[in-house]
Amino acid sequence: MTEVRVAGVGLTRFGSHPERTGRDLFAEAADRAFADAGVDRTDVEELNYGNFMGALAEHQGHQAPLMAEAAGVRCPATRYESACASAGVAVREAVRTVAAGDADVVLAGGMERMTNLDTEGATEGLAIAADDLFEVRAGVTFPGAYALMARAYFEAHGGSREDLAHIAAKNHENALPNEYAQFRSEVSVEEALESPPVAEPLHLYDACPITDGASALVFVSAEYAADNDLDAPVAVTGTGQGTDRMALADRTEIAATPAAADAATAAYDDAGIGPGDVDLAEVHDCFTIAEVLAIESLGLADPGEGIAAAREGRTTADGDLPVNLSGGLKAKGHPVGATGGSQIAEVTRLLRGDHPNSEHVPDAEVGVAHNAGGTVASAVVHVLEVAE
Amino acid sequence: MSDRNTGYDEWIDALAAGEGYALVCPEGHGSLPPRRVCPECGSSPLSEEPLPAEGTVETYTVVHVPSPRFSDDAPYVTAVARFGPVRLTGIVRGVGPDADDGDGDAIEVGTAVEAGVGERETDGGRIVVLRPVET
Repeated sequence: MTEVRVAGVGLTRFGSHPERTGRDLFAEAADRAFADAGVDRTDVEELNYGNFMGALAEHQGHQAPLMAEAAGVRCPATRYESACASAGVAVREAVRTVAAGDADVVLAGGMERMTNLDTEGATEGLAIAADDLFEVRAGVTFPGAYALMARAYFEAHGGSREDLAHIAAKNHENALPNEYAQFRSEVSVEEALESPPVAEPLHLYDACPITDGASALVFVSAEYAADNDLDAPVAVTGTGQGTDRMALADRTEIAATPAAADAATAAYDDAGIGPGDVDLAEVHDCFTIAEVLAIESLGLADPGEGIAAAREGRTTADGDLPVNLSGGLKAKGHPVGATGGSQIAEVTRLLRGDHPNSEHVPDAEVGVAHNAGGTVASAVVHVLEVAE
Repeated sequence: MSDRNTGYDEWIDALAAGEGYALVCPEGHGSLPPRRVCPECGSSPLSEEPLPAEGTVETYTVVHVPSPRFSDDAPYVTAVARFGPVRLTGIVRGVGPDADDGDGDAIEVGTAVEAGVGERETDGGRIVVLRPVET
């Protein structure tokens, strides 16, 4: 297998840009990725692009050729859709393509435009990631689904809204220096607890915001990096994906996410590492409870132990295992089809040492990225390592 | 656009008539229609077996921010309850949020419920309804 390197990463500022077109957002992210990589865009052999609700938000299907134009590349281009894991699966296929020796240079990432919809429209758009017949028609919204998981978790393992509030406070704190983050403001545990309910037991500050944004990454073979004298010290050494039953009610357990555990096992095996080797993680905290389920599925906390990890300081910036140093989806923002790519960008910068929060992980060599779709009926995990 | 969903609509009709059923495969896995094979193990044929009269709430939420189809229903309670070989997700009627100050305390994990069919207040669409069983 060919070693896969991250040659360049590019993001837009995540936030509220209701007037900006999707094509413009992705063009900006791609521009930054090419500038960071020092790769000629004419060398790109494939574009893997993630997007979830573009048909609803922009009345635009068939987005991949449009994004190839926006990025200034002429090559086979495909849109990947896996709800909030859309960019994660786009990245995974890019990594597999380069690893298999089928291409030396692949551009991957994603884009989501969401704030041009009103709250009900965005709520509807996100809800369609659930089972329409048996969940959405029963009033399950996206926050509602995670609220069902949170209540089931509390019932199985204990824990409280205050534990969740510590996760919100941690991730807001981490986002403060991140120039790409939507929210660069502190939220205290008390403020999180007192915010209005969205779907009990989850309240406003348990939820990630509605976000516009794009991510782009240039993946290259190690040979291409050497031949072109690229500065690409970070390798993607493991990739894994998992699938579960669509509806929460059909899962073996509601308070766990086995699709993510399957993805993690595959990614760790691919990389030849175990959870004990991980120095930092970017996980899919669309809701505070999702971070708990993520770190348990990644083997970074035992079942039932993840709930207290932020409160006890294990996953804070100065903890043993910092989680979501970027601010996570919670504070950095969640343009759903772009998120999986942005996580790879954040882990890469943290490992390269050029992230504003790299100072907290000066010796880090192994990072993982965990991207989930829906209520984790889809999950993608990547392992990134410092290769040189 | 047709709003018919063959398989699902017949199942809702049966639930409304008090004749709700689960599909059960030769291995004993339960599922809900429409199905051609068991989603858990791929086996067939699937038989229709009556749902137990009572289910048990495993988790629930009080939704305050709805999607458009539930604009006039919010706040409302959605719960997942176990009925024999399957779980059903439904709107809980006959308890909170107005019955209990909006915090959903009138229902708990473990509450016994029966399943039926009701209408969304917003648009009259048919929904699975769960009601606590008088004990």
